[in-house]
Amino acid sequence: MKLRGKVHKYGADVNTDVIIPARYLNVYDPAELAQHCMEDLDPEFLKRVKPGDIIVAGSNFGCGSSREHAPLAIKAAGISCVIAKSFARIFYRNALNTGLPILECEEAVGKTRAGDILEVELSTGEIVNVTRGLTFKAKPFPAFMLKLIKAGGLIEYTKRKIAAQRSR
Amino acid sequence: MTLAEKILATHSGKRKVSPGELINVRVDLVLSNDITAPLAIKEFRRIGVKKVFDPQKVVMVPDHFVPNKDIASAEQAKMMKEFALEQKLVYFEVGEMGIEHVLLPEKGLVLPGDVVIGADSHTCTYGALGAFATGMGSTDIAAAMATGEIWMKVPPTIKLVYNGKLRKWVSGKDLILYTIGDIGVDGATYSAMEFTGDTINKLSMDSRFTMANMAIEAGAKAGIFPVDDRTLDYVKSRAKRPYKVYESDKNAQYSKVIEYDVSKIEPQVAFPHKPSNDRPISKVGNIEIDQVVIGSCTNGRLEDLLIAARVLRGRKVHNRVRCIIIPGSREVYLQALRKGLIKLFIESGAVVSTPTCGPCLGGYMGVLASGERCVSTTNRNFVGRMGSPQSEVYLSNPAVAAASAILGRIAGPEEIMR
Repeated sequence: MKLRGKVHKYGADVNTDVIIPARYLNVYDPAELAQHCMEDLDPEFLKRVKPGDIIVAGSNFGCGSSREHAPLAIKAAGISCVIAKSFARIFYRNALNTGLPILECEEAVGKTRAGDILEVELSTGEIVNVTRGLTFKAKPFPAFMLKLIKAGGLIEYTKRKIAAQRSR
Repeated sequence: MTLAEKILATHSGKRKVSPGELINVRVDLVLSNDITAPLAIKEFRRIGVKKVFDPQKVVMVPDHFVPNKDIASAEQAKMMKEFALEQKLVYFEVGEMGIEHVLLPEKGLVLPGDVVIGADSHTCTYGALGAFATGMGSTDIAAAMATGEIWMKVPPTIKLVYNGKLRKWVSGKDLILYTIGDIGVDGATYSAMEFTGDTINKLSMDSRFTMANMAIEAGAKAGIFPVDDRTLDYVKSRAKRPYKVYESDKNAQYSKVIEYDVSKIEPQVAFPHKPSNDRPISKVGNIEIDQVVIGSCTNGRLEDLLIAARVLRGRKVHNRVRCIIIPGSREVYLQALRKGLIKLFIESGAVVSTPTCGPCLGGYMGVLASGERCVSTTNRNFVGRMGSPQSEVYLSNPAVAAASAILGRIAGPEEIMR
């Protein structure tokens, strides 16, 4: 699965309150949430973002609240992938569970600037910075997580588990 | 094994687990609230099962935007209530309700040795009872509601040792703010924080809840306390089912051991916009404020209100300050009422609200305008957390918050109580 898009770059500790402020959590429709994505951190984000674009950020991306609305808003805003030095643990689970691809790659974050074009191959973890002619390799997913992703996320995985229990 | 590892081993049917191991864990309680339950219910329906795995182990608490703040949040609360009633879940309507992490321990729904997952990051609060409790997203909660199980990676445990005598006006809030300031907002990412030491042995349950509550602000998966007589005293009259007490082995492996001499710790204030951005109260300087909030899942318990009352007694809230006090649950509210605290608060010029998370996350009941500053006993001071992205939140303990309300600027209680 190959992704390609322009980079929106942020620093460390981007928290879920700035990804989607709690004042908008009176709804859970991803398209509605997306209309306020990143607005407290980067009010121009929604004007700039194009389908397929990629967020590149520092360490501890997605820290704070457990709101799954955060990866849902990012995905519905058109972002195809988030690459960060590291992710906060609840966000990490939520992103995979809701089908937002995320990759940890310190080198790619360090050598990529806002506006660069990236190509990402999820199956290998290869990240190509087309603008600068650089190639990086992200940390691969653990085997267990690949199984969950192949099943199509947690809900599909759970459906299969329940079906297996019933057929016993 | 550590305390956390022992609980996870038992709940995954293994004799031993090690950090990094992926395990399937049986859960004792699955929690969600009026913001996270609607998404969880939607995903639960997609799984295609008709009933939750055990209605007595699934809890839904309306607390974030209730009593409903607008039509959209009313629709979400309604969706949650209808599902809870249909499935016969453990559910608390406003009135009996409290802020989830104040309420559940009071009701005896969380006990030592439990594994609890909740669609709320502050689920880690229950670690104060010697339970393994962690926040997750709505989809994880949906899967657990269907199966009673969830996958986890066994976290490494960081041991935090607190020794020495607490200074006056220093409480659990100051210890945890100081710790987060020391290790950073990602200082314990993916780890369990085990709170130990002489100081902890003497620390009240309410202060322990405060510390475990903010483990997530250091990125931790869980914050956990050893069970002692104080814990058992708290649990004894509340538990309606058996529970098991675990303790860390003498030769347990920790990823890190950090020691603190608490006699050096002053009341702490976390400046905008990170909980790790802390300063001792003596180094705060002159910062005028517009609002004070005393309450939340972090500091909305009886001890917190008693401390605030000691400072506010016989004094007046500064005429520039909105001082909002929110008991964390009906039980806390009633106890405060019986002790005369509510009258004292109102007479001092504060406003007292029914239990709600409202202002902590900029929901309602104390939203900040641009340029406004708030001293709050809550847990997060991120940009826009309590309202306008141009507002500022300073985190503190209830004594500092109350003193600040009186003086109209951030101040310690010693300035007015010598």
